[in-house]
Amino acid sequence: MKEFMLIFRHEDGNKVASPDQIQIWMKQTMDWIGSIAAQNKFVLGNGLPFDESRVVRSNNVVTNGPFGEIKETIGGYIIVKADSVEEAVEFAKGCPVLQGEGNSVEVRKIAKDGKA
Amino acid sequence: MEQQALIPHLFRTEFRKIATVLSNLFGIEHVEVAEDIASETFLAALETWTYKGIPENPTAWLYAVAKNKAKNYISRNAVFTNKIARQIKYSLSEGEEIEIDLSDKNIADSQLQMLFAICHPSISTEAQIGLSLRILCGFGIDEIANALLTNKETINKRLYRAKEKLRLENVKIEVPGEAEINMRLETVLTTLYLLFNEGYYSESQDAVLREDLCLEATRLTYLLIENEQTNKPAVNALLSLMCFHSSRFEARKNENGEIILYNDQDESLWNYELISKGVYFLHQASQGDKISKYHLEASIAYWHTIKADTRKKWEKILHLFNQLLQIEYSPIAALNRTYVLAKANGKAAAIIEAEKLNLADNHYYFTLLGELYTDIDNKKAKQNFQKALSLAKTQSDKQTIQKKLTTLDDLMIDE
Repeated sequence: MKEFMLIFRHEDGNKVASPDQIQIWMKQTMDWIGSIAAQNKFVLGNGLPFDESRVVRSNNVVTNGPFGEIKETIGGYIIVKADSVEEAVEFAKGCPVLQGEGNSVEVRKIAKDGKA
Repeated sequence: MEQQALIPHLFRTEFRKIATVLSNLFGIEHVEVAEDIASETFLAALETWTYKGIPENPTAWLYAVAKNKAKNYISRNAVFTNKIARQIKYSLSEGEEIEIDLSDKNIADSQLQMLFAICHPSISTEAQIGLSLRILCGFGIDEIANALLTNKETINKRLYRAKEKLRLENVKIEVPGEAEINMRLETVLTTLYLLFNEGYYSESQDAVLREDLCLEATRLTYLLIENEQTNKPAVNALLSLMCFHSSRFEARKNENGEIILYNDQDESLWNYELISKGVYFLHQASQGDKISKYHLEASIAYWHTIKADTRKKWEKILHLFNQLLQIEYSPIAALNRTYVLAKANGKAAAIIEAEKLNLADNHYYFTLLGELYTDIDNKKAKQNFQKALSLAKTQSDKQTIQKKLTTLDDLMIDE
């Protein structure tokens, strides 16, 4: 079985949601991950908060995150087991991040043992 | 207590104490000698007490006889004396008598050390459970075979191989040091968890034996909590789980030994003292920053002690199952999650999720589908229950499914 990373891309990371809205998204995300885990297809996952984030550029200039110049941010990722990219895409379709207009989930196969 | 009842009772409580203390003294390679001496001690009690009556302090009598037999064994058996006695922990000077310490403290220490020796990663979990039952719990081979639904020969072979392995690996009877303890404790907890489950979910007809298994698993877990070194959050979580489960002993089976499902249980039969103990240990378990599967399972069990059928409750339980499945997948957790999903988010959502579960050889899966389709598509519900019935292996499972089919048939007639 192959492994795929599902990367959550937010069109505008600066948008502030209400605590209630965050609560609802959290629950939806947990249910979505729980559904994948119940199929024994979940490997691991993580949210990527904005605090303590930095961007290091080629001339060693360090900035406080990419926010400002680029609006798009990565909010988190999960790794799933799937027989094919199509199956991984089916998992991605359920991701609550997609409820936000302009957001996307990028599906990428993980290279294992040097095999791409 | 009459002698006929007294000896089996003492066997259950004292055999393991004598066997573990002597095993500790002799080393893992001579567990069998320790077992033999413990058995002979009880044989002697049976013979002597029948003629002379029960002594004033039967336990002290047993300990005295066991000590004598151990000493005799050491002095009589030349090979043993030469090779082993020298290695015996209590190094003796010339002419000094060997000390066999059957104090409460040494018994508890020995049991704890032995628990770590038996739950050694070099032997299979099955063997760990068997050895624990034999040496730490004093179960007879017959009882172990009965509880684990297999035969005496299998158990004997399994125990023999496991002891050989422990001997070859030269496993030390000790509580591992700080560096190793968390990793080793994980194996110990797995074994205790499975030992409890063997009792709780066993198909064995012997109800007393099943409950004994659970009690022993609980007792051994409590040993870990009494020791500062092993009193960790995950241990408290496991004990909490055992308390919650045990609180439903009376309520979950009827007089014919048939399982009564949670929804149909009489709450007045729940043991509220055990429930409050479960809450206490769950609270103790919340110190620390790591959530183990025992934390999650105990929390799920906690919510089940609240019978109110509120959406909030089911959402909490769903959240816990989501987390549990991320830590460790199991078909039963996946099925339970789907059941809870129906309670929290409705049957329609749960059916979609259920169809994704790839568990086509599992009768619980079809029972669940049957439940979910009931009232939504009763024909489909019936097909699923029938499929479940054809896959079920045990009598009690078949009875449970049959009952559901009958109820469904009544429903369909009314339509």
